Amino acid sequence: MKIRHHLSDQLLMAYSVGQLPEAFNLVVATHVSMCDECRARLASFDAVGGALIEEIDEIAMGEAALEAALARIDGLPQATRTEPLKTAGIFPAPLADYVGGDLSAVRWRRIGGGVKQAILPTGRSATARLLYIPAGVAVPDHGHRGMELTLVLQGAFADENDRFDRGDIEIADEEVEHTPVALAGEDCICLAATDAPLRFRGLVPRLAQPLFRI
Amino acid sequence: MAQAEDGTDWAGLMLRVRDCQDRAAFAALFRHFAPRVKAFLMKSGAGAALAEECAQDVMAVLWQKAHLFDPARASVATWVFTIARNKRIDALRKDRRAEPEELDWGPEPEPDQAEVMEAQQETERLGRALAALPEKQRALIERAFFGELSHSEIAAETGLPLGTIKSRIRLALEKLRQQMT
Repeated sequence: MKIRHHLSDQLLMAYSVGQLPEAFNLVVATHVSMCDECRARLASFDAVGGALIEEIDEIAMGEAALEAALARIDGLPQATRTEPLKTAGIFPAPLADYVGGDLSAVRWRRIGGGVKQAILPTGRSATARLLYIPAGVAVPDHGHRGMELTLVLQGAFADENDRFDRGDIEIADEEVEHTPVALAGEDCICLAATDAPLRFRGLVPRLAQPLFRI
Repeated sequence: MAQAEDGTDWAGLMLRVRDCQDRAAFAALFRHFAPRVKAFLMKSGAGAALAEECAQDVMAVLWQKAHLFDPARASVATWVFTIARNKRIDALRKDRRAEPEELDWGPEPEPDQAEVMEAQQETERLGRALAALPEKQRALIERAFFGELSHSEIAAETGLPLGTIKSRIRLALEKLRQQMT
């Protein structure tokens, strides 16, 4: 299936310069692993960094720096080409790395209505989590204070505006109040990152929120 | 081989490091890039001693991971930038950074020379485009790349001709994937 929803220039550039919170880095790296279009756009931002490195006013290294470097590489074996990781599963390498394996390695917690989630270990400035939404089920209605990225890994979901399949990424800012529903056919698994806690509109989800860190 | 305007074939040197563990080629790359990496890290807020140490680390990675350098996809300067940026994140932020899957797909067929030339000349073309930008806009791009802007402050529009780079890399990736299947 062709990916239709891509990363924004702002996110790709922030990733290229290294200014994204860890949780967002994970979502960007996972999407780029699945999407040649965004890999190429990311490379074009990296090329700007290359041009800046080339043009920069250099600052001389210490006197013995080159000798030290040559002595150092003497003891350094070069890595060799490796076959690409053949992941039979649904997680691209950067995500599998965080989870410590594929789907079977995820430690889910139920959050009601058949929906499950697993918080991934990242720095605290933003949160990354895996979401498991049974086919046909809605994710609790929510808005959010910051930005929310949702990347589909399996199945598909739709909200009021659009449809998102495997590889598609939804970028929602605080303006968006939406009710994503997993489409019939296959349970939907997503990787999501938020840079501020979600705020749920219903009372019960709001009470449950601190408990589940969503 | 693809030569830069000043006559130095950085990609060729890099391939000698990759394919022949050529120490003289490494020394030439070190003389050119290490002082630039040091300057980049100091602009990003590192002190001189830390920047020097990190520049050494960056050049060691360039040696160790030479097999990941693909002259058809990036110039040496671009590749050095990505290593230096990752080092900056390691050293200054202590955050873990997820990287996309490597497209490291086994014995490479000889890369197309025209593509290599194109990729290697990109850095200079971009450099000229940067120089031609209005001062304010260039300063903003520099600040973003030196890590002085937060992600919410980063404006998407660089005003640089990135579309052509994107299309070229996109084609290279398609070819690579075709060879895979």
